[in-house]
Amino acid sequence: MNAQVHDIIMTVNGEETRATVDARKTLVDFLRDDAALTGSHIGCEHGVCGACSVRVDGAVVRGCLMLAVQCDGARVETIEGVAETDEITDLQEAFIARNALQCGYCTPGMLLTAQELLAAGGVPSREQIRVHLSGNYCRCTGYQAIVDAVEAVAQARHSSRETR
Amino acid sequence: MKPAPFAYAKARSVAHAIELLANDDARLLAGGQSLIATLNMRLSHPSLLVDINGVGGLDGISSNDGHIEIGALVRHAQAERSAELGRRAPLIALAMPHIGHPAIRNRGTIGGSIAFADPAAELPACVLALGGELAIAGPQGSRVVKADDFFKSLFETALTTHDVLTSIRIPAASAQTRVGFAEFARRHGDYAMVGLAASGRADGKRLRDLRLAYFGVGSTPVRAHHAEPALEDGDIDAAVRALAQDLNPPDDVQASGAVKTHLAGVLLRRVARQLDRALS
Repeated sequence: MNAQVHDIIMTVNGEETRATVDARKTLVDFLRDDAALTGSHIGCEHGVCGACSVRVDGAVVRGCLMLAVQCDGARVETIEGVAETDEITDLQEAFIARNALQCGYCTPGMLLTAQELLAAGGVPSREQIRVHLSGNYCRCTGYQAIVDAVEAVAQARHSSRETR
Repeated sequence: MKPAPFAYAKARSVAHAIELLANDDARLLAGGQSLIATLNMRLSHPSLLVDINGVGGLDGISSNDGHIEIGALVRHAQAERSAELGRRAPLIALAMPHIGHPAIRNRGTIGGSIAFADPAAELPACVLALGGELAIAGPQGSRVVKADDFFKSLFETALTTHDVLTSIRIPAASAQTRVGFAEFARRHGDYAMVGLAASGRADGKRLRDLRLAYFGVGSTPVRAHHAEPALEDGDIDAAVRALAQDLNPPDDVQASGAVKTHLAGVLLRRVARQLDRALS
């Protein structure tokens, strides 16, 4: 089909979602406006800030640089879904404990991006953490506390694996 | 901002994509990490997007007769993880962490980056430094264009709007291969202010067949033809001086042309040290 409007089916946070979307609708606009999942934020809308980060088929991507129609048949996870499964509870707690957020606008994207690094295993260096988070802007914290939180979780997860 | 309205079609094959691209104002959509940004900002308003993400056979990495072939739809993250590219295309492997951010690399493609041909992008310079070739499918059949002839002007390449870039071929590294890569960017992962990709061959203590490709200094990646022989002779100071003949970077929002020329010299010294080292 070669049209401006398309019917799509995608799995959003484990639930099958059917929708009719304009071809021009970005994934993050679809998630916020049609699926009422407003945890994914919209910042720059051209791939620079990282506030719209979501997972598509397991990989973190920019929600503003994919079209909803491209996610027909895909498995999409937002901060709401990932937080609900307990996958990042320790990371969320570390962000709170270390004041790694203030206004919270970047936080969903930061959490998903940091979790992708942590899920790769091992204990990344502070430099590796900074490089991995380089595509996510935070205008409140100055990043130090965010790097502290991610590092603390990496160490905690590592030692719990060791003692298991 | 939001994109202006457009139609969308998913290509089933390269041939189907070429058929769809015959429409007026159709644009090919691969990883979309540059294209969708320009759509959002309404810098581009095609009437039809032809999505090739579902086309099979374009996302492989293979080696044959001394070459590595990288499918146009290989994503940066896939290339970054590829042990084969690390071993046999070490320049690409060196450049990879500098290309965008992890989320961009999860989605962006090797072919898209080269076809878009941003003058400050890493991969066009790498493929030029390596003397690579680009395989293109179009309405008149397939053709192969050398990287030397591919980058025409600002965002203009040998690709027409009816063509599909299908793969990139580069010579496989040997024990004598020497490569180097460095760039300056204000934030890790952003487009470079100035960058340099280099490839050559060790012959005893000398370097031969050296190709220095700068990016962020003009409307295309730029070879430093005068600096190359000087560095082959091992005269780094003469090579840095020769850059004044090779490069004439315009002022841009990041830096003046004079600053860029200075930085190009700093990068050349860094890359020269990398070129001295054998591949591990």
